[in-house]
Amino acid sequence: MREYFKNIYNALFTIFIGMKITFKHLFVPAVTIQYPEEKPNLPDRARNRLYVNMDDCIGCDQCARACPVSCITIETVKSIPTEDLGKTSNGKKKILHVTQFDIDFAKCCYCQLCVFPCPTECIYMTDIYEFAEIQRDNLIYSFVTLAKEEIKEKKENFTRFEAEKAAKAAAAKSAPAQNSETNK
Amino acid sequence: MIYEFLYNLIGSHIVASFISAVFPLAFLVPFALFAVYLERKVSGHMQDRLGPMRVGWHGWLQTVADIIKLVQKEDITASATDKKLFNFAPVLVFAGSYAAFAAIPFTSIYIGSNIDLGILYIVAVSSFVVAGILMAGWASNNKYSLLGAMRSAAQIVSYEIPTVLVILSIIVISGTLNLMTLSEQQSSSFYNWMIFGGAVAGWKKFVLIPFVMIGFLVIYISSLAEVNRTPFDIPEAESELVSGYHTEYSGMKFAMFFLAEYANMFAVSAVVVALFLGGYQSPFGYLGNTTGLTWLIPVEQFFWFAAKGIFFVFVQMWLRWTLPRLRVDQLMVVCWKYLIPISFANLVIIALIMVL
Repeated sequence: MREYFKNIYNALFTIFIGMKITFKHLFVPAVTIQYPEEKPNLPDRARNRLYVNMDDCIGCDQCARACPVSCITIETVKSIPTEDLGKTSNGKKKILHVTQFDIDFAKCCYCQLCVFPCPTECIYMTDIYEFAEIQRDNLIYSFVTLAKEEIKEKKENFTRFEAEKAAKAAAAKSAPAQNSETNK
Repeated sequence: MIYEFLYNLIGSHIVASFISAVFPLAFLVPFALFAVYLERKVSGHMQDRLGPMRVGWHGWLQTVADIIKLVQKEDITASATDKKLFNFAPVLVFAGSYAAFAAIPFTSIYIGSNIDLGILYIVAVSSFVVAGILMAGWASNNKYSLLGAMRSAAQIVSYEIPTVLVILSIIVISGTLNLMTLSEQQSSSFYNWMIFGGAVAGWKKFVLIPFVMIGFLVIYISSLAEVNRTPFDIPEAESELVSGYHTEYSGMKFAMFFLAEYANMFAVSAVVVALFLGGYQSPFGYLGNTTGLTWLIPVEQFFWFAAKGIFFVFVQMWLRWTLPRLRVDQLMVVCWKYLIPISFANLVIIALIMVL
């Protein structure tokens, strides 16, 4: 009999405790973030979409080699000596024209391994994470700053320079040969 | 009374009663829309979420959008169902819960039907809901639906006993089954409400108070079970029975069940309010009396009635997010071992006090 009333007391008492707790939570500010309007604060080292600052890129290909999924494609063309490509912000001399710098974000695993080897710190993680696309091809980002005609021109320049150099070398080769012939 | 007013205006009993019968529906549909919204908001905030936020300011049009979606939906009837019963069940469930509103006094000038056996009628007619639920569960030809319906029937039949016993003890105090008269007895101030011993004279009033309070708790718990709300929601137990007897329903028929559920929630709250908390009576005087505007009094009465009813609906929601669901055996233990003996002893004690 005593237990019977104790049960009733316990049931009611615990129900009121529970109701007190839920009522308190009615006025606790919600933890919900209304996503498109408010955005969560990302952690300092959050890894999101990559960006390449092409002004600083020396085309060294180290990021492409570090990439575990091979999502970075770099193609370069040497500059001819008459051209001055300037220096990067940390004082490295640029000698290569970067004619292709594509990152395929459909492949990218956001491991940040490409960021560390970069000698000029020109490839880095941004805080952009909303870049969904309908077409997978649209996820291939091209960071090249040169226009198509410029790329073509640089390539032609380089082949011409090479050809000239080869011709010079050939001439230089044949000249001493002639000399030696005359010496005989 | 509005009915007499309509009759004098139109001159036809049929048209007047038809219009008079539509009034509770005009209250119920907006109430159901509001209650669904309130439920989602309350559950959201109790879980430190926000609830619906997108449709309209703070999502206030969410339920309207949901209803529009439900209306557009395809009305699916599975091939193995018993078509007639399947289609009739939601109508019966809604009719059962709506019929209860006929005897509930909304204000001093509006009651669907001022019958002398009002509360008995409500208890009787709300049992229709069980028939409808059983029908839905059986006709769905789905084991979970049938299980839900069976549980619901067992539950409602058991919990009707403590409800009726408590109602009986109130009838012993008030001496009437008419909810209108009962509400009138509790007039003038909250001191006269039944939960504070009613309008009984002398020492009896103070002796009655604890027993009436016990009765109030018992009827509130058992009315929760009667409308299948948490912690007694085993007929609809989402995690074990999909959603019980309305698993197979879609579109408008599902909306009917939903509307019936919320109508029922308000109906039991309204009965509790009419029995214990003075019905439509204001806890203090009326503004209409002090300013001399007599037309204001029914409006105020309706406000108080709706406010008390919605408060108890809110408490039902509050309990839903506080308590876990009871097991079937625990449910029966609560009813047969606790509520029925308590309410029975309560009835005997109240009757003794009233006889003395």
